[in-house]
Amino acid sequence: MLHRLSSGLSSRARSLRGPITGALLLGLLPFASVQAATIHIANGAEPGTLDPQKASGDWETRITRELFEPLLGYDAQGELIPGLAARWEVSDDGKTYRFHLREAQWSDGREITAADAVFALRRLLAPQTAAYNANLYYPIEGAEAVNRGEATPDTLGVEALDERTLEIRLTQPTAYFLQAMAMTESAPLPEHYIDQALDQPGARWVTPGELVVSGAFQLTAWTPQSEIRLEKNPGYYAADQVKLDTAVLYPLDDAQAALNRFRTAEIDISYLGVPSSQIGWARENLAHELRINPILGEYYYVLNQREGSKLADKRVREALNLAVRREVITDTILGMGQIPSYWYLPRAMSGDAGGTMGFMREPLEQRLERAHTLLAEAGYGPGEPLELEIAYNTLEDHRKVAVAIAAMWRAIGVETRLTNRETAVHFATLRQGDFQVGRYGAIATVDDPFDLLSSFVTGASGNYSGYANPAYDQLVARSTAELDPARRAELLTEAQQLLLDDYAMVPLYDYVSTKLVSDRVQGWQSNPLDVHPLRYMSITE
Amino acid sequence: MLTYILKRFGQAIPTLLIVITVSFFLMRLAPGGPFDGERQLPPEIEANLMAAYHLDEPLWSQYLRYMGGLLQGDFGPSFKYKDFSVTDLIMQGFPVSLELGAWAIVLALAIGLPLGIIAALKRNSTVDYVVMGIALGGIAVPNFVIAPIMALVFGVMLAWLPAGGWNGGAWANMVLPVIALSIQQIAAIARLTRASMIEVLGSQYIRTARAKGLSEWEVILHHALRPSLLPVISYLGPAIAGIITGSIVIEQIFGLPGIGRYFVQGALNRDYTLVMGVVVFYGVLIVLLNLIVDLLYSVLDPQIRYDD
Amino acid sequence: MSQDNLPGVAKSVAPQTFLGAGDSLAMDAWHRLRQNKAAMGSLIILVVLAIVCLIGPLLLPWGLADVDWENFMSPPSFESTHYLGTDANGRDLLVRTLYGGQISLSVALVATAVSLVIGVLYGAIAGYFGGRIDSLMMRFVDIMFSLPFMFMVILLMVVFGRNILLIYAAIGAVEWLDMARIVRGQVLALKRREFVEAAQALGVKDSKIVTRHLIPNAIGPVIVYVTLTVPKVILLESFLSFLGLGVQEPLTSWGVLISEGREMMESAPWLLITPSVFLAVTLFCLNFLGDGLRDALDPKTR
Repeated sequence: MLHRLSSGLSSRARSLRGPITGALLLGLLPFASVQAATIHIANGAEPGTLDPQKASGDWETRITRELFEPLLGYDAQGELIPGLAARWEVSDDGKTYRFHLREAQWSDGREITAADAVFALRRLLAPQTAAYNANLYYPIEGAEAVNRGEATPDTLGVEALDERTLEIRLTQPTAYFLQAMAMTESAPLPEHYIDQALDQPGARWVTPGELVVSGAFQLTAWTPQSEIRLEKNPGYYAADQVKLDTAVLYPLDDAQAALNRFRTAEIDISYLGVPSSQIGWARENLAHELRINPILGEYYYVLNQREGSKLADKRVREALNLAVRREVITDTILGMGQIPSYWYLPRAMSGDAGGTMGFMREPLEQRLERAHTLLAEAGYGPGEPLELEIAYNTLEDHRKVAVAIAAMWRAIGVETRLTNRETAVHFATLRQGDFQVGRYGAIATVDDPFDLLSSFVTGASGNYSGYANPAYDQLVARSTAELDPARRAELLTEAQQLLLDDYAMVPLYDYVSTKLVSDRVQGWQSNPLDVHPLRYMSITE
Repeated sequence: MLTYILKRFGQAIPTLLIVITVSFFLMRLAPGGPFDGERQLPPEIEANLMAAYHLDEPLWSQYLRYMGGLLQGDFGPSFKYKDFSVTDLIMQGFPVSLELGAWAIVLALAIGLPLGIIAALKRNSTVDYVVMGIALGGIAVPNFVIAPIMALVFGVMLAWLPAGGWNGGAWANMVLPVIALSIQQIAAIARLTRASMIEVLGSQYIRTARAKGLSEWEVILHHALRPSLLPVISYLGPAIAGIITGSIVIEQIFGLPGIGRYFVQGALNRDYTLVMGVVVFYGVLIVLLNLIVDLLYSVLDPQIRYDD
Repeated sequence: MSQDNLPGVAKSVAPQTFLGAGDSLAMDAWHRLRQNKAAMGSLIILVVLAIVCLIGPLLLPWGLADVDWENFMSPPSFESTHYLGTDANGRDLLVRTLYGGQISLSVALVATAVSLVIGVLYGAIAGYFGGRIDSLMMRFVDIMFSLPFMFMVILLMVVFGRNILLIYAAIGAVEWLDMARIVRGQVLALKRREFVEAAQALGVKDSKIVTRHLIPNAIGPVIVYVTLTVPKVILLESFLSFLGLGVQEPLTSWGVLISEGREMMESAPWLLITPSVFLAVTLFCLNFLGDGLRDALDPKTR
């Protein structure tokens, strides 16, 4: 009853609010031009950095992508398009890439050259930069050695053939390499601006108002925890297509606070979406402003299957998988439109990898019965129940999922203990292998299965579960180097099916992204990569 | 007086030293490091990061490095907010917390003192019960319940005021957070004032004053008010520090760029330097506040002299 | 500095009230308390509340972690036997609120007891021995006072992980300071009195004088202060829960329930209202009781 009342009030409040805010803004910001097209965005969190090579969160790359244009870019649907490179060629063996840069200038008027691209890639792999995603570029000749500090950056296989031609040599064909060149990490950087002295930890070259950029927007103000202001870059090569003059990004991290301000029209786009507890309400009241779409992420429970663990027994892992009612989690508990998953690679990912867990269409009773049998075979029963600990990091939704899974496992006689730790501790625990069942969410950095599959390769740094299967390792290695899409899809499917047949994890659902996009905003389109460049958007007041 | 102040500062130095050392090592004892997160870093890259921030050195050398930096007024770089130094962040966040806290205290005094005095004068009457009932309500409902309700009702439903944000400190953005922050203090101050006023009114010299035939108002203003403010003053020191640190919740709910959030986020992210910076800063602040309170006390209470 | 900074505690509570015929004075205080309707009402409500929290869960059809797969986030209803509705995991809110009450109240009692034991012993020792010991010990209290203690509690929770014992200890460890100051002040005044001097002259051991004579006689203001500490501790626990540092599932506390309920304020208001009402009533009653006790124990109110 309360919420019906509130929605009635809020719609009336909305109509009243316009003139009030207008008057407030006019009074408080005498310099703001009334005509300027300004968009207000709730961005998710305070950026740790706007150095494009050190940034990694989407709340950071959303901004760095506006400031620094990579060689390739994305259109509004998330498709790869030419960026600073107008065109490129790949050698027949797939190991040499040649990029032809378009004629474009830095915001201070200097030409953007292939040398700037070389500078950026060398800096990216230099150990001092400590870039999070440097390993994506390891296929480049010499990259791993440079990043380990075993070779100097000038040994890297990148070369400016002339003013506008860049050549990159790889050690092996790499299916996702063009994707990597569309990431802001690899965007050319203004060597003439980034002075050596400014490039030390603690020093900062990302100075609002001065930063030299190549992208559609310039950084004009940055007040930590308060707001970041971007203004259109008149020197951008496609400046005539950019319709917004200003974007104000608020580092809000509380979804409820962002929702409140969206409802009062203080905010045009909220990248925080809606708290899951409010989703029902939002579907009713904000139906056409709520944007939900699957993204390249998988929510799953890591099963520690190292020698000696109870979960080293495949029968136990299968039983745990059988007992999880994924649809209850996605539809009843979270209700955000998540896709219940009987697979590991999110279905929205390109690469056409198939594979499913066999029991997907079996009725629940049959599954539970088999789960009981399997546990009994593994030596667990009423007298001696299987006892497990589920570890998760502090967040309301993780808590709800863990509580539900504990209840589902109780139905097959498994006794669980829930342990909730802060994020840093939780992931440190996973890394040390000091857990039984641990919550994990894998979000792909590039739209390619390579990223997620490598987390189950024997001894890989992201392999928390201790899964080790040489056949699988080989399939992954072969699929990464395979350039023929059809053949590659077969290899990927084979690899994923192997993982699923081994019940290497408990997949729960494919992530969806939930956003609020006001009716006032045009040109914002959902896409699985979740990239939304401002240059395609416009706003009506 | 001056020697007293100097002496207090002298005493503050070992205090701060202990605070710094304890929190430095406590923070390092915490499981998990600054670069543990949802995304697993390849070992080479993590090693690069550790080296960039000198975290690969032995702990004692990191401690000496940190103390050396502090002596030169350098709080070091933030691990999480890489484009800012800790000093930048504190200097940016503190004015916000201070402004919020100051207004909250002003509001709390402006409402709490009169309420307490009225309740004391009308002791055990309906007025007293109503006033104190309301004050108790302020204590009994935590501000993390009140604040979201206020944001929803006044910000979203009625749309009288912004539902959040700082907007450069515009008054409209401050109204709700300041009220939310002051409710508990209003209650506490009203209760304190009432109690001490009652005590003072019952004392011998007030009876003497009354016996001299002074009017009730003269008695209250000239004789009763000053001594009954003493407990309130001594409450203010810890209360101000408490308000500024306690605004963590309010800052989160209203999305304000204050310093309290830095601490919580810093602690959760293992941003060692940021946490240390905030702790040191607050240590100094509390020492200063306590000193100011003691000096105020001596001004109001002629029986206390700081000669020693 | 030596004057005490304590809100709410009249520093002039005369110690002699508790000397000599202690029993009759205690009876006296009890009589006065019984005449205070608000305080007595509060006491009764608190006792009832504690009993309900302890026994209630045994009488209800749902357990702490039981999931009702048919009823997720359903509003209060008699038909489903969820008299106060269910949470987002289909668990009965009434049961969880009562169990949460057990945790919140036990945190309050244990943490207060911890602070009481440390504070009383510490204050009594400092006050009794006086001189250099006293100034050293009080110096330490001053140092502790200038710690940003809310931060310290958060740091402690971060360092040692969250378990309920730690919450008890961490909160107790920061709340004993005020108690120590009060007791010290009382003891300083008491120890110059004849009966202590008499005991000393008779050669009674120091430890016995402190525990048998000084502490019992300083107990009045301490009781008052305890009733003020309990609500503070409950609030502090809720605050930690709000920051995500509360107890582990499936256990819960009022603070945890409130912070969960806050997120669903509009779609499922019962999840916020129920624990908030329990918490507010408890805090309300504790404060009334504290006021009543102070009046009853303060001789000047006679």
